[in-house]
Amino acid sequence: MLKLLKNDLGGRVFLTILVLTTVFVPVANLLLPPDNPLYVSSYTVTLIGKYLCYAILALSLDLVWGYLGIMSLGHGAFFALGGYAMGMYLMRQIGDRGVYGNAELPDFMVFLNWDSLPWFWSGFDQLWFALLMVVLIPGLLAFVFGLLAFRSRVTGVYFSIITQALTYALMLAFFRNEMGFGGNNGLTDFKDILGFNIQAAETRVALFTASAVVLAAAYLACRSIVSSRLGVLSMAVRDAESRVRFLGYNVTNVKLAVFVFSAMLAGVAGALYVPQVGIINPSEFSPLKSIELVIWVAVGGRGTLYGAILGALAVSYSKTWLTGAFPEVWLFALGALFILVTIYLPKGVSGSIETLRKRR
Amino acid sequence: MTESLDTYKSQRLKEENPSNSIRAMNFKSLIYKWAVFFAMILSLLSGFGIFTEALAESATPSLEETLPDLLTKSFKEKTLVAERIAESADPRSVKLLEAMLNGKLGYIKENKTMVYMNKVDKGLSLTDALTDQSKGTLKKNEVKKVATNNKLRKTLRGLIARAQLANTDSTVRKQSVLRMLETADGVAITALKNQLETEPKKEIQELIQVAIDLNKVRSEPHQSLHEIQNLSSRLEPEVRNALAAIASNETLKASDPDVVDASVKSLKIIDGKVSFYKKLETGFFGLSLGSVLVLAAIGLAITFGVMGVINMAHGELIMIGSYTTYTLQQLMPSQIGLALVLSIPAAFIVSALFGMLIERGVIRHLYGRPLETLLATFGVSLVLQQLVRTVYSPLNRSVESPSWLSGTLEINSVLSLTLNRLYIIAFCLVVFAALYFLINRSNIGLHVRAISQNRQMARAMGIRASRVDMLTFGLGSGIAGIAGVALSQLTNVGPNLGQGYIIDSFLVVVFGGVGNLWGTLVSGFSLGIASKFLEPWSGAVLAKIAVLVFIILFIQKYPSGLFPQRGRAAEG
Repeated sequence: MLKLLKNDLGGRVFLTILVLTTVFVPVANLLLPPDNPLYVSSYTVTLIGKYLCYAILALSLDLVWGYLGIMSLGHGAFFALGGYAMGMYLMRQIGDRGVYGNAELPDFMVFLNWDSLPWFWSGFDQLWFALLMVVLIPGLLAFVFGLLAFRSRVTGVYFSIITQALTYALMLAFFRNEMGFGGNNGLTDFKDILGFNIQAAETRVALFTASAVVLAAAYLACRSIVSSRLGVLSMAVRDAESRVRFLGYNVTNVKLAVFVFSAMLAGVAGALYVPQVGIINPSEFSPLKSIELVIWVAVGGRGTLYGAILGALAVSYSKTWLTGAFPEVWLFALGALFILVTIYLPKGVSGSIETLRKRR
Repeated sequence: MTESLDTYKSQRLKEENPSNSIRAMNFKSLIYKWAVFFAMILSLLSGFGIFTEALAESATPSLEETLPDLLTKSFKEKTLVAERIAESADPRSVKLLEAMLNGKLGYIKENKTMVYMNKVDKGLSLTDALTDQSKGTLKKNEVKKVATNNKLRKTLRGLIARAQLANTDSTVRKQSVLRMLETADGVAITALKNQLETEPKKEIQELIQVAIDLNKVRSEPHQSLHEIQNLSSRLEPEVRNALAAIASNETLKASDPDVVDASVKSLKIIDGKVSFYKKLETGFFGLSLGSVLVLAAIGLAITFGVMGVINMAHGELIMIGSYTTYTLQQLMPSQIGLALVLSIPAAFIVSALFGMLIERGVIRHLYGRPLETLLATFGVSLVLQQLVRTVYSPLNRSVESPSWLSGTLEINSVLSLTLNRLYIIAFCLVVFAALYFLINRSNIGLHVRAISQNRQMARAMGIRASRVDMLTFGLGSGIAGIAGVALSQLTNVGPNLGQGYIIDSFLVVVFGGVGNLWGTLVSGFSLGIASKFLEPWSGAVLAKIAVLVFIILFIQKYPSGLFPQRGRAAEG
């Protein structure tokens, strides 16, 4: 692991901060009394936990955008699919404590007068099955979609636009009540996870810690991928796709492998996100979310991994702050961020730091 | 993060709510009201001169004698009085019966004068029913309405229709026959037969014959084999109902099987025709949706197709065009039609200016970096949306349609085309033709094409590339503004107007083949028609998803679209 991080100063700094936060926050939340100045409220714990999920998502996008050169405008779809898989498990956990008290069916199905659970809901009362689906479903979608797209060599902006169309189509589909995923309202009103109350401070801290651990693991996994032969190949594809093809490599397989892994990672991020925010609905599929994700990575700087995380945390935090303090200003700020970063900071914050360091 | 949810919800709502069909439905009742209004005006205009003549020559009691009889409480007697009023052939009778039907006829309690009542702020403004003189305004409790019940109202409708049969306006006559189709019998049929002899218009003659045939089919079905066969050429719903009643009549089946067979046969012919016209109508809806898509995408075909610039703010340029229309209408509220016509050049200019500003400020720095262009212009779109929210309001605004835009063109009783859709189709074709001409025939078009084919060579020939870039982008943006004017006539204008069209527009351009105006036209229309034909059996949302999935698959198979560019330009 140390060998992996040898040339990765940013990664070392980031992981150190992450470890310190992961130790400090639970202690400050659970052990300190509320009047202590260092006390961290449960709200803040969940908020940071949410940001960490965003960071995992940004990491997954940086893998395909920064190292493979594919700008996916539909990565939010994989995130949302993972979230829905987790949400379905949490829905089943409610049991007969719903408004209608029906142990067999979630509330929205009772409301829609459904008689029995649709087949695709079976199995979701087991956490292991749900977790399997969290990676399998986004992975499968990415595989089929990627296979079709990469084999016919759809690249660049075309790929971006059809991924956007994909997430848009999924959003329209999930809005429909007939789909069996709660329609407009999505899945919410969760009670507990693995038998623990989802609202309890301890559960929240556990979810936060899980997010932090997964983020660290994901970072190391991504770092090992980009340092591996596959990573080198994917960078070669990014820089000169035709040349790699002419050298005899199978470009489609390289792209597919990285894309599918990235989608699975996005799914995991969604699965950690849903129990913390307590809701998943079709708006997660909206193209705006996916494109906001792209700007996180652009701001932080692509192709450095830790830059993506930095961008996700910084932009999400400013969003929380701005939408609270000056709701009118947020879209102006976000729009300006898009414009300024692409024109004046094409490599993002981390890229600019690296350039400065190399110059010195 | 919730704002995007609301965005898409409202977008979806808008799409599922076809405001045009509502407008069209209102219009049918409008036609009816107009017809009545027209009749009233005519009867007023003809005035006293005819009135005295009528008095002199008719043996039937005059209105002055008949009218007081309406004071009775019995509905049966009122029916008789109403019939007498209709028989009086007095020009005022139609207005009287209409008022009675609409509950606007009453009498002043004090002196029992029959009056027309019109609601005003404090009570009712009254006009004498016989002399048309104003009787001032009275409180509600000083006047009594001539009450009606369902049966009486039905009779009244029949009487009015019959009275209008002799109207000089052929549309009024047609309407009156149409209204008599379902109920006409006895006296009405005699009136129809009389009218048939003098009716100059062939269309109405046929319609009267249908009413007479229908009456026979209803009253003595076993002897009306010939009529049933004749009726197979008609599309009126009343004909279909009457034939369906016979086709399912069990006793008739036993006694006169050939009559039943004939009506089944006729029904089949009618149903075939109806489904044909329904398909035609769906095709028309598809064409109008397609022309909206083409209008939205054609500007993109310039900026994306010809220049290769991904402009995610294209939808917002459309929105700016719509808001220009809205603003102009606010500036001249009394001249809505003029404002709409003026807003076409105005929207072009405003959107083009915004477009050129975007090109100079943002896109110019990003040529050759398409993905970054996409991101930066997306930022522009967010800023423009928020700008509109701040300047106008986050709420949707409705832009009014001038009267000459709303209305229907009725081909037959099954197929009627709404005028605003027809106009949009025509408008789309005009815009397309103008743009096509500009790109392929004009000097600036030549420069645009030269730059897009070989930038270096074009510059060497003395074309000022960066100026042409700016103008081209301005042109594409201006066309988006014009699309906004058209869209403002179809949906409400709001900050999210553009978002709904951006993905569709890109797909239309990509589907048609980048850099090809014809491709955009063909793909827009075919996508519009395809989704309208899918809608009936899958629902609007599923149809949209199906079209999206189809295009995603299509692009993977044919990455350069329906009409790929060939030759050197294709490699650029």
